[in-house]
Amino acid sequence: MSLSSENKMNVKLNNKDMAVNNINSEHRVVYDTKDLNLWYSDTHALKDINLEINEKEVTAIIGPSGCGKSTYIKTLNRMVELVPGVRTTGTITYKNKNILDKSFKVEDLRTQVGMVFQKANPFPKSIYENIAYGPKIHGIRNKKVLDEIVEKSLRGAYIWDELKDRLNENAYGLSGGQQQRLCIARCLAIQPDVILMDEPTSALDPKSTLKIEELVQELKKEFSIIIVTHNMQQAARISDKTAFFLNGEVVEFDDTNTIFTNPNDSRTEDYISGRFG
Amino acid sequence: MDKLESIKSSSKMNARIRKNSIWKSIFFLSTLVGLVVLAILIVRVLGQGLAWLDWDFLTGRLSTSAERAGIMGAILGTVWVMIVVIPVTLIVGVGTAIYLELYAKKGKFQSFIATNISNLAGVPSIVYGLLGLTVFSRLMGLGNAVLAGGLTLALLVLPILIVSAQEALRAVPGYLSEASLAMGATKWQTIRRVVLPAAIPSILTGSILALSRAIGETAPLTVLGIPALLIPFPNGLFDTFTALPMQIYYWTLDSSLVAEYANLAAATIIVLLLLLFILNSVAIFIRNKFQQRY
Ligand SMILES: Nc1ncnc2c1ncn2[C@@H]1O[C@H](COP(=O)(O)OP(=O)(O)O)[C@@H](O)[C@H]1O
Ligand SMILES: [Mg+2]
Repeated sequence: MSLSSENKMNVKLNNKDMAVNNINSEHRVVYDTKDLNLWYSDTHALKDINLEINEKEVTAIIGPSGCGKSTYIKTLNRMVELVPGVRTTGTITYKNKNILDKSFKVEDLRTQVGMVFQKANPFPKSIYENIAYGPKIHGIRNKKVLDEIVEKSLRGAYIWDELKDRLNENAYGLSGGQQQRLCIARCLAIQPDVILMDEPTSALDPKSTLKIEELVQELKKEFSIIIVTHNMQQAARISDKTAFFLNGEVVEFDDTNTIFTNPNDSRTEDYISGRFG
Repeated sequence: MDKLESIKSSSKMNARIRKNSIWKSIFFLSTLVGLVVLAILIVRVLGQGLAWLDWDFLTGRLSTSAERAGIMGAILGTVWVMIVVIPVTLIVGVGTAIYLELYAKKGKFQSFIATNISNLAGVPSIVYGLLGLTVFSRLMGLGNAVLAGGLTLALLVLPILIVSAQEALRAVPGYLSEASLAMGATKWQTIRRVVLPAAIPSILTGSILALSRAIGETAPLTVLGIPALLIPFPNGLFDTFTALPMQIYYWTLDSSLVAEYANLAAATIIVLLLLLFILNSVAIFIRNKFQQRY
């Protein structure tokens, strides 16, 4: 840990991390972000990000619109590179390797790190084909194996009972909430270690939102989950750690409890008490 | 309030309403011009040609005697040309569109190419004829064979096809490819399994329309020197051929010598129009049936 850093904030944060790590010593770090900076052409969207994200926890990223939440989460699976003119500096270590290194294969990264998007984006194919898509592109052809993966993934997303008789129907016939859970199931089918979620419930009604929140609680037993949310109650309800982003910087990163009850930074307090954003 | 009342009761209101109906009539008349011309054309062609259109005419060989003349040769020629045009335009056209839309970095070079392709779509067809004559007929020594005609027409409709395929690909929402890429699919896997299947109905529609353009083209074929002589039926890519529009062209030219030739031309026009009508219907059918909502 870089105690030599001039940035007081970072030192403070890192010290806290250590404390937290000592308490939950069974949790290992899955993503270690160091001095990450990102530019979209001229926009400096991420500034000196330092974050250690633990395995098998739910890490929430909160902050006002445009503060860089989506940018950060898309950097974790390098989807951000689809935007032309993106530049990054710094490192993100995942399983002892810097994923920002050009030699790191994005295809490999993205099979280990699944993503759920803000707007449910199933393919215009059958429910079955949606789930089988990932395994198929990774070379699984055997029908029996595919069947098993489809069932397991749908069960994993707690949507098997609802959909088991409709596997051949087009996914577009499902409700918004079902579509989003289908997308989560589709993500489970590639058997990832990490699941990234970018405001997965922002387009959903309260009931569907609740279902997804419950699902996240179940999934964290097996997966490391990083979830961007605009909804602070949601972050408080479902996450173990919370990072508060503002203007492309991490203002505070701590146990969710601490962030919501006893934040260190006055800006965090202002934000969670609804004074801006 | 008073003012508004006075406007309401004044003749200004009536003037506005009158103006509206005048414009409506003008637009209706404009539409009518097109419809009337089309109607006259069809009535004339049907009146002249329908009596000559029978099985013997469709299956017969070319002849100087109007009574015995048939257009089987021209039909076969058109079919053979399409056998060249369809694969060439589909492969090259869709390939180019995929490259420009999905692989090429968006920038000056890409937009330069894209702009020029759109410009090519507006180049007069006779210029393509000259290009075909120089490159395919002379340089490659294909003369006036099926292959020369087919490649020339393929070039002619290629820009149309590229532009429409580009539009089709662009219409596939980005979030679908993102979903695929985010699961570790390569770009090609994403294109093949997500983007192309979603775009294929529109691409097919566009290519059928491009094809019907190629079928009706005459100018480039005249430049290539496609004959309307008593040639044998074409049997392969290297045979000399004639095509439906060429047949129409020659019979119309010679109708000053033999009056019945005008009727033969009209009968051939009916066949050509029918063919185009069927192609367009297929295009519309595909569009309505397979177009996905996203
Ligand atoms: N594709 C893009 N091109 C250029 N700038 C972008 C792009 N996406 C996001 N930005 C900019 O980066 C900043 C962070 O955006 P984003 O990560 O989407 O914020 P959030 O998800 O927190 O609302 C914003 O200033 C935004 O304008
Ligand atoms: Mg966002």
